[in-house]
Amino acid sequence: MEMKVVNIRIDGKPYEAHEGKSLLDTALSLGLYIPHFCYHPALGSVGACRLCAVKKFRDTNDTRGRIVMSCMEPVVDGLIVSINDPDAKAFRAAVIESLMTNHPHDCPVCDEGGECHLQDMTVMSGHNYRRFDFRKRTHNDQYLGPFISHEMNRCIQCYRCVRFYRDYAGGRDFNVFATHNNVFFGRHEDGTLQNEFSGNLVEVCPTGVFTDKTFREHYTRKWDLSNAPSVCVHCSVGCNIIAGERYDTLRRIMNRYNGAVNGYFICDRGRFGYEFVNGKDRILSPRTRDSRDLEQAEMPADQVFTALEPLFSKDRKIMGIGSPRASLESNYALLRLVGEENFFHGISGKEQSLTRAALQFMQNSGIVVPSLKQVEKADAVIILGEDLTNTAPMMALAVRQAARNIQITEALAKGIPFWNDLPVRELAQDRKSPVYIATPVKDSLDDVAERSFRGTPAGISKLGFNISSVIKRQAIVPGDNDDEIRNLAEQIARTLLKAENPLVIAGITCLDGNVLNAGMSIASSLLSLNKKVMFIPVLPESNSMGLALMPGKSLDDAADTLSVQGTDTLIILENDLFRRADEDTVANMFGKSGRVVVLDYLNNPTARAADILLPATAFAESQGTIVNNEGRAQRYYKVLAAGEGIKESWQWLNQVSGIRSDNVPVSPGHFDDIVASMVTALPVFSAIKEYIPDADFRMLNAKVPRQTFRYSGRTAMNAHRAVSEKRVRQDPDSPLAFSMEGRRESPPSSLVPFYWTPGWNSVQAFYNYIDHPNGSMKGGDPGIRLIRQAERVNSGSFEMITGYFESEGDGWLIVPLYRVFGSEELSSAASSLRQLVDDPAILVNRRDAERLNVDDGDSVRLETSGKRLVVKVKIENSLVSGVAGLTVNLPGMNFVDLPASGEILKI
Amino acid sequence: MISILRSIWLTFLHIFHKRETVEYPEVKPYLAPRYRGRIVLTRDPDRNERCVACYLCAAVCPVDCISLQAATGEKGRRHPEFFRINFSRCIFCGFCEEACPTNAIQLIPDFEMGEYIRQNLVYEKEHLLISGEGKYHGYNFYKHAGVAMGVKGKGEGDTEYKPVDVKDLMP
Repeated sequence: MEMKVVNIRIDGKPYEAHEGKSLLDTALSLGLYIPHFCYHPALGSVGACRLCAVKKFRDTNDTRGRIVMSCMEPVVDGLIVSINDPDAKAFRAAVIESLMTNHPHDCPVCDEGGECHLQDMTVMSGHNYRRFDFRKRTHNDQYLGPFISHEMNRCIQCYRCVRFYRDYAGGRDFNVFATHNNVFFGRHEDGTLQNEFSGNLVEVCPTGVFTDKTFREHYTRKWDLSNAPSVCVHCSVGCNIIAGERYDTLRRIMNRYNGAVNGYFICDRGRFGYEFVNGKDRILSPRTRDSRDLEQAEMPADQVFTALEPLFSKDRKIMGIGSPRASLESNYALLRLVGEENFFHGISGKEQSLTRAALQFMQNSGIVVPSLKQVEKADAVIILGEDLTNTAPMMALAVRQAARNIQITEALAKGIPFWNDLPVRELAQDRKSPVYIATPVKDSLDDVAERSFRGTPAGISKLGFNISSVIKRQAIVPGDNDDEIRNLAEQIARTLLKAENPLVIAGITCLDGNVLNAGMSIASSLLSLNKKVMFIPVLPESNSMGLALMPGKSLDDAADTLSVQGTDTLIILENDLFRRADEDTVANMFGKSGRVVVLDYLNNPTARAADILLPATAFAESQGTIVNNEGRAQRYYKVLAAGEGIKESWQWLNQVSGIRSDNVPVSPGHFDDIVASMVTALPVFSAIKEYIPDADFRMLNAKVPRQTFRYSGRTAMNAHRAVSEKRVRQDPDSPLAFSMEGRRESPPSSLVPFYWTPGWNSVQAFYNYIDHPNGSMKGGDPGIRLIRQAERVNSGSFEMITGYFESEGDGWLIVPLYRVFGSEELSSAASSLRQLVDDPAILVNRRDAERLNVDDGDSVRLETSGKRLVVKVKIENSLVSGVAGLTVNLPGMNFVDLPASGEILKI
Repeated sequence: MISILRSIWLTFLHIFHKRETVEYPEVKPYLAPRYRGRIVLTRDPDRNERCVACYLCAAVCPVDCISLQAATGEKGRRHPEFFRINFSRCIFCGFCEEACPTNAIQLIPDFEMGEYIRQNLVYEKEHLLISGEGKYHGYNFYKHAGVAMGVKGKGEGDTEYKPVDVKDLMP
């Protein structure tokens, strides 16, 4: 939206402001603080709390003025207001005093204390001492699941929670109840919050009604946390997070603002999946075994290189398997160690070819690859084969906002400002921007969809190809007589042609090439008509895109190569192969390898099968760069000290490389050196070196401190071990220091370790780090896009590929279904998140279940791709007949190559 | 010459003055109750730990010599899992006592903490926690807070109404 710049006066001073924005929003971006509660930049204004009162004057002659709510006041040319007017101040002080009358005396035991928006606003409004000596209203609390604690007494009725949960995130199981003073925010009964974004209530709530239950297990005040900017590793979207440490354990994850990616929110998998770092499943010391029939035994740290030396001597044949969940630097260190011809990606051939196909399309076609922010701006969306809520939750949230765009357009046409939340919603009622979803099974986004199509992957791709045929005014795909598909295709094609910013989201995680091709086909046919179309794929893991940008063959190729020639040493980087290939295949691979060296941090089946197991660091203990699904390279920094003998993977690999060149380096090397070497070898990554600050970066001769200025206990926290204080931990690899010393003000956006500015102790301190609410971080959003839009449009053509599975005859088609909690490897090792992981299940519709003579909860035997497994049946009527959905990648489940045909037998 | 004799005379007179030296440790000096000496953790009138592990003492400590970890006990009651004061760093400024919202941490008139081994100046909770209420009697934080942590139920406090019935629509 282009906005006119106008002149306004605030407290007698002239300012330039954008016409049509709210006054509160404008003041906050000018660095003028107006206390407020109910306004949140992502949620807009409703004028409920009455705290942001200011005085507005008619003209320069008006000395009396009148009190208005700044959040409801649009900026117009010549606006004259006063924030510091005595009447406005007195009004705000009275409002906060009355809000505080029912607020309990809880701060010492409240988890929000010290980062509480209510505390900040109370101080800011000048209400320093309670005068209210009477009785307070109380509430009974609810159990809201393993993530969120509920303490309703503290509520100040700002309605932010319900506006976020219902209006923004689309949750249904949370609401406001009762009247006047008794207003209650919660569920209709005790139970786990169903929405995948419920964790954001912790940050949205201005006080301590909703707090992080996992954080409570090892509670620390915000000022005591040592923080580092980090990037979520639990899906391919790459949300920015702040990781906090205290006493050598990872304490919590908070959202870190990135205007182009996650904005103000993250999903629950990202927020609560961190517990795996502290978990019992960590590998804490090197382990080894002399032969395969022995158990692994711990190995003294000083013997590791003696043991590794013979395995990596020059005459040995070595092979390396990388990982889509390891950083670029670690993967590159492995690539450099083993050489390009011996480097394998550690993902199946199917997954690799799909990722590469999507990458090539993004690089060469001239298509716009949208950031998550741009996804929110799309005015027509088609999603093919991807259950976004379960595979890339934040993208689902972005699509949900995209569905609202029509409301904003309609409101603007009627002269209602876009931020005036309630009238905007009232005006549009249920009208939504068109979102079309084609997936095998019902989707959480269905409630915003214009039409949802349910079908097999083949059916979905048929729909997709039909859409692109209609767009190109070509004949419908021959041999298809399905009226439903044809009509729907025409409807979708018309909508996409009408839209100004259409968006195509195509799935890779459904592991069907035709679905991806259909998506690219729609995008390219719109592109060939010179439409401004956007295309974004969803990838399986956090660094899938980074790996795709590297040379290397697939895991299938590795298995083939091994079965033919074998190898002396096989080295596997942070990868559980049993999740990616058949048990027998992996066993065969190990059988053909003389010795298997595994670097990992979670004790998974591959780690247990290793001959030498080297303990690596999890994301919170390492520094690295990962590339998200839009091709944005982002760096995460260490916040935790790795235990004795544990090293980052790239450090291990660097030292092992030394063996290869007959000179074992004493030190594990420098991070910037490996980045420099990577950039030279693989120029596609050169932007990383240019845009992400290296370890030499200083602000006023000092590194950026990870700790707050109020960090406590430095002279006591280690005193039980030794009373003399050790030197603080050094971090030669990064421009951040494990210290309180250094400048905190405005570090580069990618190095912001936490939000704090004077007067703003809560997360709302982000106002001072962004150029304006909902804008970019000051100095540009973190991360750098490695994939540039091709200058020339080269739309290409896509055909339906035969060979992918088509449903046939009486057999079942088994499709993979992902679960937001459980299908991702790392987060499912987190103890509280694990409580929400369901048992593996096979989903069939009611009629099919009756045909099988089974009911919900019965066990069946599933035979597919040479596998037999016993799973529970779950009735899911949205599936089409003959299709069964198997929840995949859940903890303890074996690899199943899907989609595939199969048999379901009653037992 | 005269000044020297005068000095000798004045010094001689001091033999008959009252002695200022206190024969410590045989004679103990008087220390006011509010003297800022050794730090203790006290208990509330019900003999439960007063400390609710709010971290304010640690935050206010100018030499950062207090370190603790909050834990949640039975019935949700907050208490310190460990509470450590490094007295070799402590400057006995009393800020911690001032910051404490529950009267748990108190400075008492005892300064005799000398040690030959510096490590022994690191006090853990077991060394700090006393069995009484210390200087401030009668205060129990949980009776005044809104949380239900085993001391009183929701809405049972003196200054609280009964919990709201959300299904009630009466004005």
